[in-house]
Amino acid sequence: MGKLKSLADLKKIQEEARSKLDLRVKGDNPENYVQIKVAMATCGIASGAKEVMDFLVEELDKRGIGALITQTGCMGYCYAEPTIEVTLPNQEPVVFGYVDLRKADEIIEKYIKNGELVDGIIPVNYEKVD
Amino acid sequence: MSKYKMHLLVCGGTGCRASESDLIVENLKKELEEKGLQNEVQVIMTGCFGFCEKGPIVKVMPDNTFYTQVKPEDAPIIVAEHVIKGRKVARLLYTDPTKKEHVSDSKHMGFYRKQIRIALRNCGFINPENIDEYIARDGYMALGKALQEMTPEQVIDLIKKSGLRGRGGAGFPTGLKWEIASKNKADQKYVVCNADEGDPGAFMDRSVLEGDPHSVLEAMAICGYSIGATKGLIYIRAEYPLAIKRLQVALTQAREYGVLGKDIFGTGFDFDIEMRYGAGAFVCGEETALIHSMEGQRGEPTNKPPFPAESGFLGKPSNVNNVETFANVPVIMLKGAEWFSSIGTEKSKGTKVFALAGKINNVGLIEVPMGTTLREVIFEIGGGIKNGKKFKAVQTGGPSGGCLTEKHLDLPIDYDNLVAAGSMMGSGGMIVMDEDDCMVSIAKFFLEFTVEESCGKCSPCRIGNKRLHELLDHITKGKGTMEDLERLKNMSLVIKDTALCGLGQTSPNPVLSTMNNFWDEYVAHVVDKRCPAGQCRDLMQYSINAEKCVGCTACARACPVGAITGERKEPHSINTATCIKCGACFEKCKFNAVVIS
Repeated sequence: MGKLKSLADLKKIQEEARSKLDLRVKGDNPENYVQIKVAMATCGIASGAKEVMDFLVEELDKRGIGALITQTGCMGYCYAEPTIEVTLPNQEPVVFGYVDLRKADEIIEKYIKNGELVDGIIPVNYEKVD
Repeated sequence: MSKYKMHLLVCGGTGCRASESDLIVENLKKELEEKGLQNEVQVIMTGCFGFCEKGPIVKVMPDNTFYTQVKPEDAPIIVAEHVIKGRKVARLLYTDPTKKEHVSDSKHMGFYRKQIRIALRNCGFINPENIDEYIARDGYMALGKALQEMTPEQVIDLIKKSGLRGRGGAGFPTGLKWEIASKNKADQKYVVCNADEGDPGAFMDRSVLEGDPHSVLEAMAICGYSIGATKGLIYIRAEYPLAIKRLQVALTQAREYGVLGKDIFGTGFDFDIEMRYGAGAFVCGEETALIHSMEGQRGEPTNKPPFPAESGFLGKPSNVNNVETFANVPVIMLKGAEWFSSIGTEKSKGTKVFALAGKINNVGLIEVPMGTTLREVIFEIGGGIKNGKKFKAVQTGGPSGGCLTEKHLDLPIDYDNLVAAGSMMGSGGMIVMDEDDCMVSIAKFFLEFTVEESCGKCSPCRIGNKRLHELLDHITKGKGTMEDLERLKNMSLVIKDTALCGLGQTSPNPVLSTMNNFWDEYVAHVVDKRCPAGQCRDLMQYSINAEKCVGCTACARACPVGAITGERKEPHSINTATCIKCGACFEKCKFNAVVIS
């Protein structure tokens, strides 16, 4: 990149630079974004959680949805791996089980975009201490 | 390239680097590469996180996990556990000192909860050596806005309306300073950044320059536009090598992008910045002395007027602002004067960065809104006094300030309240003292500093401070009288009234404020020949409690001057005339029989 000739040039650079930093910006204000936790313990990884996580990271970005995707340990639903926990802004977290790529796509299109519930929800049977 | 899923931020401030944080970066990168994760996890060296007490810091984003006191050999476990398995490494998490529990992320740490970060907004968040990361955080947008959409008068007006005051100490309104400089006509004007941070225990300017150098460069260019200057100078002490290096990197990048140099953003405005190195003299933080030093003259102050705004560097109008002041400017430009002035108190707007040091649990760098109380800063953010001791006083404003005590704890901190309480804001150093600190010795310590740093030009400062120091030394040695206390006070007032520059005019402040707040302690030293805090060695008396002494002779063998006598299995005694009060007997005695009074 050569010299910037105008404010518009600066804005162009900013756009690209922002995409490299947005992981940190989102992490700083997690409550404003869709938060997804992918269970990545041995059981999850063996069932393909890593592929699901990669898929979510790439697809949500492609589809222009601001989301914060982190990995977490075993949530205890080893029978239903891969499991993910999705928290829409200002809503209670919802846990989905048996999330393969097709399911992940459905969750993005229906639940994340429209708040429509889809099959495979695991009733949360514990409380978390903050 | 696929997108990174995780960022590992490693503190690259001077403090954490001293604890090998650069090696942590290296090891993390190596470990990630071995596991084939180098394209999924990015390791970034940032500026200071402020939590220097527990450095080196590694912060994991986006989940905000905050690892403290990380060692280079911890890299494999962080990668194996956190990065690969998603399990936090418990032993590296910050432990809440009162609840004794691990805190999972920085959002839950008391240290950060009360802070609002404006000047430090990018410290510990971006890579200071990458201009793109600064641009991603709206960097140079404020300069673009000023150049393309505003007149110089509008810029000055905005800064005036925001209520920003100089963060270097005296709190002069920044907008007004710019306005004065802009009205003076000249063929060449200068924007000067004062990075000669000299207060013992203050390191906010260094941290801003190390963590976010571009914010200062951008603000200087904005200032240049508003006052009609095309040249900027940063006066920085050579003992800040990392800050200097990061500034040099930033300058090179800014010139490459053309945000410094000729015809910025095609608007015809030229501005470039040079660095000037100081030798680390305290007096060179005074603006006239600073300018003389930059000119190659002796670093001595001259009488004001003329003010630098009229006749500064090379006799040309110059506007001198402190690093932290500049760091606030780009944000004010973008978010507006109303936003900034909604933070803080009536007469002190915005936030202030403080460097917490001394007997406080969380030594580090914090930024709080003006009007936050000392209690909040020391006990909530600072985590209270070390080792459960009792709070005694806090010195604000460095050697030019004064001490504040328990009765000031609920005082909202702003420029005017601190002055009214007999101290000052200064650059924002806060040195916390506990019950074991002797206030006479503290005053002596600060005087030692000013005697050393006095440039010697005017006699009140050169001779007066030396005499003050002598008197204090006498008192701590038990040779003082009540008349000495009177003399101490009078001389302090004379120095304040007659010294040439800010250094001399404020140097007696620690004496006056400790006398004001701890008069009894001074009296105890001169009348009872006793140091209540047990710090003044010459006033201590060692003796042996005959009831506890079993006559083991350990103390007698430890005594280097043979002052302890006594028969085996009989109580010993100390000859106070030969005793040199070294404390060796006290440390050796297993029966707590040696008593210090």
